[in-house]
Amino acid sequence: MDAHASDAASPVLSLSAVSKAYHNGRARIVLRNVDLALQAGEYVAIMGESGVGKSTLLNLIAGLDHPDGGRIAFEGQDVSAMDDDDATLLRRRAMGFVFQAFHVLPHLSVAQNVALPLRLNDVAHGAADLRVAAMLAEVGLAGRGDERPGVLSGGELQRVAIARALVHRPRLLLADEPTGNLDPDTAAHVLQLLRERIRASGAAAILVTHSARAAATTDRILRLTPDGLVPDAPPTQIGP
Amino acid sequence: MSTLRSLTLTLLAGEIGARPWRALIGVLAIAIGVAMGYAVQLINHAALTEFSRTAGSLMGNADLEIRGPRGGFDETLYPRLARLPEVAAASPVVEVEAWLPAQRQTLKLLGVDVFRAAQVTPGLVGRPAQPDGGRLNLLAPDALFLSPATLAALGLQAGSTLTVQLGLKTVRLRVAGALPALGEGLRLGVMDIGAAQWQLDRLGLLQRIDLRLAPGVDVDAFARTLHDILPAGVVAATPRDTLQGTSSLSRAYRVNLNVLALVALFTGAFLVFSTQALSVLRRRSQLALLRALGMTRRELLRLLLTEGATLGFFGALLGLGLGLMLAAAALRYAGGDLGGGYFDGVRPSLHPEPLATLLFLALGILAATLGSLLPAWEAAHARPAQALKAGDEEVALRRLHIPWSGLATIAAALLLTQAGPVGELPVFGYLAIALLLVGAIIAMPQLAQAVFGRLPLARRLPVQLAFAQLVGAPGRAAIGLAGILASFSLMASMVIMVASFRQSVDDWLGAILPAPLYLRATPGGEAGYFTDAAQQRIVATPGVNRAEFLRTGQLLLDARRPPVALLARQVDPRHPGRRLPLVGLPLVPGPEESAPIWVSEAMVDLYGFRSGRLVALPIAGRSVTFLVAGVWRDYARQYGAVVMQLNDYRRLTHDRRVSDAALWLTPGATPALVAQRLRRQLAGGEQVQYLLPGEIHAVSMSIFDRSFAITYLLEVVAVLVGVIGIAASFSAQALARTREFGVLRHLGVTRRQISAMLALEGGLLALLGVTAGLLLGWAIALILIHVVNPQSFHWSMDLMMPWRSLALLAIALVAAAALTALFSGRRAMSGSAVRAVKEDW
Ligand SMILES: Nc1ncnc2c1ncn2[C@@H]1O[C@H](COP(=O)(O)OP(=O)(O)OP(=O)(O)O)[C@@H](O)[C@H]1O
Ligand SMILES: [Mg+2]
Repeated sequence: MDAHASDAASPVLSLSAVSKAYHNGRARIVLRNVDLALQAGEYVAIMGESGVGKSTLLNLIAGLDHPDGGRIAFEGQDVSAMDDDDATLLRRRAMGFVFQAFHVLPHLSVAQNVALPLRLNDVAHGAADLRVAAMLAEVGLAGRGDERPGVLSGGELQRVAIARALVHRPRLLLADEPTGNLDPDTAAHVLQLLRERIRASGAAAILVTHSARAAATTDRILRLTPDGLVPDAPPTQIGP
Repeated sequence: MSTLRSLTLTLLAGEIGARPWRALIGVLAIAIGVAMGYAVQLINHAALTEFSRTAGSLMGNADLEIRGPRGGFDETLYPRLARLPEVAAASPVVEVEAWLPAQRQTLKLLGVDVFRAAQVTPGLVGRPAQPDGGRLNLLAPDALFLSPATLAALGLQAGSTLTVQLGLKTVRLRVAGALPALGEGLRLGVMDIGAAQWQLDRLGLLQRIDLRLAPGVDVDAFARTLHDILPAGVVAATPRDTLQGTSSLSRAYRVNLNVLALVALFTGAFLVFSTQALSVLRRRSQLALLRALGMTRRELLRLLLTEGATLGFFGALLGLGLGLMLAAAALRYAGGDLGGGYFDGVRPSLHPEPLATLLFLALGILAATLGSLLPAWEAAHARPAQALKAGDEEVALRRLHIPWSGLATIAAALLLTQAGPVGELPVFGYLAIALLLVGAIIAMPQLAQAVFGRLPLARRLPVQLAFAQLVGAPGRAAIGLAGILASFSLMASMVIMVASFRQSVDDWLGAILPAPLYLRATPGGEAGYFTDAAQQRIVATPGVNRAEFLRTGQLLLDARRPPVALLARQVDPRHPGRRLPLVGLPLVPGPEESAPIWVSEAMVDLYGFRSGRLVALPIAGRSVTFLVAGVWRDYARQYGAVVMQLNDYRRLTHDRRVSDAALWLTPGATPALVAQRLRRQLAGGEQVQYLLPGEIHAVSMSIFDRSFAITYLLEVVAVLVGVIGIAASFSAQALARTREFGVLRHLGVTRRQISAMLALEGGLLALLGVTAGLLLGWAIALILIHVVNPQSFHWSMDLMMPWRSLALLAIALVAAAALTALFSGRRAMSGSAVRAVKEDW
């Protein structure tokens, strides 16, 4: 796996000259000239001002939206050229998501929530149950699979979301401000868990965050600016 | 695939388990529609099967039935037909609908020639109770054989006697045995033909000749050649014609019931639509999550459609059970025609047909699936990234709007009202109503925006919030609105139509009953009459100032249609409007012209008897030309009626008997006094029925109300569906706004203020819905009154707006809306405000 990760010639994800504009009334360019190469197993943080287009960028990568220019390739396949069904199937097989609002389905049990990606991928019930139990143990929720999401705390909900995001062994994990709704201590725990789990799974991951502390848990920090994605400025600029 | 299906089931179970009430409402809505439709189908089927079975056993293996009017035709026709080479066997029949004074009901009596009938209609040959008495018993002049159903219904057995009224006298007949070959459903008595002609006063007359043709004779061709031999007013009918006649009798009525049932099903589908739309809306970000996790559009669509179909399946199942119970109860209490009066003398039983049962199951599932199609389609095509965020619902709803299509649909509906009937059914009328409804529903969002956009700025907070919600979320408002609109407009249209009809019948009864006292020779059947002597006696009775006599009869103008009623009575040709409720102006014929007749509206539709036309009518076996001098409104005889002057009738038939008399009294004489005198002085006066116009009026109106009982039931159903719909849409909206309520509570808005806001929203919404519904209901009622009714039943009526009932319904609905809005809001607020804000969805 390490050998694969160091193979710089074939990144898991590569963006070249991606641009995106929204047209409501008049065109508003959000992303311009975004380049990115992400190796297998690499964990990067993307920071940037509110409204600069971080979530938009993740949506483009996930195939939930189409760029106006440039190319997004996932494992060599052009995501931006896929139709909705192909993009959906790619997401289903190869990607995982963690959201700021946890988006845990309220009517399903914790285990059922975690099992969702396995169900979508047609994993047999027996194997799925074992995998879900193991995943819950990994995020510290062993034995709580039968509980309803309504009784869980915010930190616990986000751990369920992390388990769900990784249960089907995706090759890319996208997390959009996963700790935005959590208090600092819980956030630190969740970030540590996220890092551990990503490492263990060998997936590449992008963490979008406003927090320097959160970003520091990743391998590499990038900053999204109106002119593109640039390496983060030296630590002196981060603040007092 | 199997795991995906099980995922679908898990999600479904989760959703239904979490909101059992919502699911139950959808199930109930479909159940009501399916139950109505299935019950109507069961009842119609039962009545028709029974009818064709009895018609079948009556016709036996006859190939052709020669039929005359009730008054009969000359019996010399029989030997002439029997001698024709094409005829293998012929059986003459005398037919009388007789009144049984002791049992106070009528019974159809047939007189047959046993030896002939055995060859053509063996079912009509009686089996004597004592085998030794055998043949002789069959031919005895007072021997009567009754069908099993009659024996059971009248509580008679072999050896009992049965009294039958004839003229104003009575005849005693002896029950000699049974007619075991006739089915359980048919009430009928058979006697020897000679005895019947003599005992029942039918000397020299026949009503029917059953023919069995020689092998190889083409029945239809032979029927055509017979046309030239048969006297006027006598027709040759194949068993097919007879069946068609009986089923076309009630076809429009049955179709009307079916359409009402379909309306119930449509309302059910609409309810499923609004509950599904709101539920999909509420779960918008959940569904978006599934899309983000990799569920394809098609899979999501299938998930939501499965949800709808599941509701439909259980609803349909429940509906089938309910429908079976409803049909059984209806048959028990109202008979196979639901009080419509089409299938007299037939007692049908229920036989659920597998095919029809499956059809209604499928219809229920289809309705629910169609109801969830639009919301499901929208959810599958929403952009997941955007839908994951809160506050995106109006975007979804806006996509369901199609500008101008509402008005275009309404315009198409108005055009369709101009089209004529198809196969004597108002197909386009019904279509117009459906389009009108759909168009109005589509136009609701625009209406909501137009009206609520004009709301004034309010200072008080709850009012301000309520207005803001209505203006800011017209799509949501439109869903609630459409439910109220659909149920209130259907309700209002039925109320308006029935009230107009009732008022018109009321006025009509007043117009046709001008005299203070009426006499009828017999309470039922046609064997009672007043002789010339009895008529003179009546006129001479003290207290009677003036008497007008009426003779009823039948005209057979078309073998495939029921006979037309002939009413011979005293009408002043210069002022027919004094006795007849005319539609339009009458013609006054000159002395040289043909004798005038006045026809009911049905005659114009069915036979083209327009005012001013010369038409031929078969009177006493001859074809006579008459001038149609006017058209009148008749609610009593749907298949047509012809009024002619009594003098003309007597001149043409030399028959001076009459069946009814209208009496005007001298000053000081009371109807009761005169009736008492007549009862004593008239021979057989105790057989006569004495009727006060008030009584006839009351009985007629109660019959009217009974035959409309089913529509009242449907009105109740419409009200129920309406209230359920309001409750469903408000509770779904309140649930969807749980977080909004939580935020408001955090900001310091009191529960009471939120309640006031919700009640105001609900009330305003219902007010607009009811106003629009009233307008739409009025338009639908116009179509029912001026298109559907004339085309189905061939009668017209005047529009009458029952403002009181409408106002009561409107107030009830607005109050129900405000209350349900309030209650569902209370429920949504019952959790803590903290939880509501924290809640993920
Ligand atoms: N569907 C849309 N239509 C029009 N404009 C949009 C849409 N989605 C996002 N935008 C705009 O694009 C810009 C980038 O939005 P985006 O959500 O990507 O920002 P972000 O960097 O994630 O911000 P934050 O840190 O606050 O989450 C914003 O100005 C936003 O208003
Ligand atoms: Mg963002």
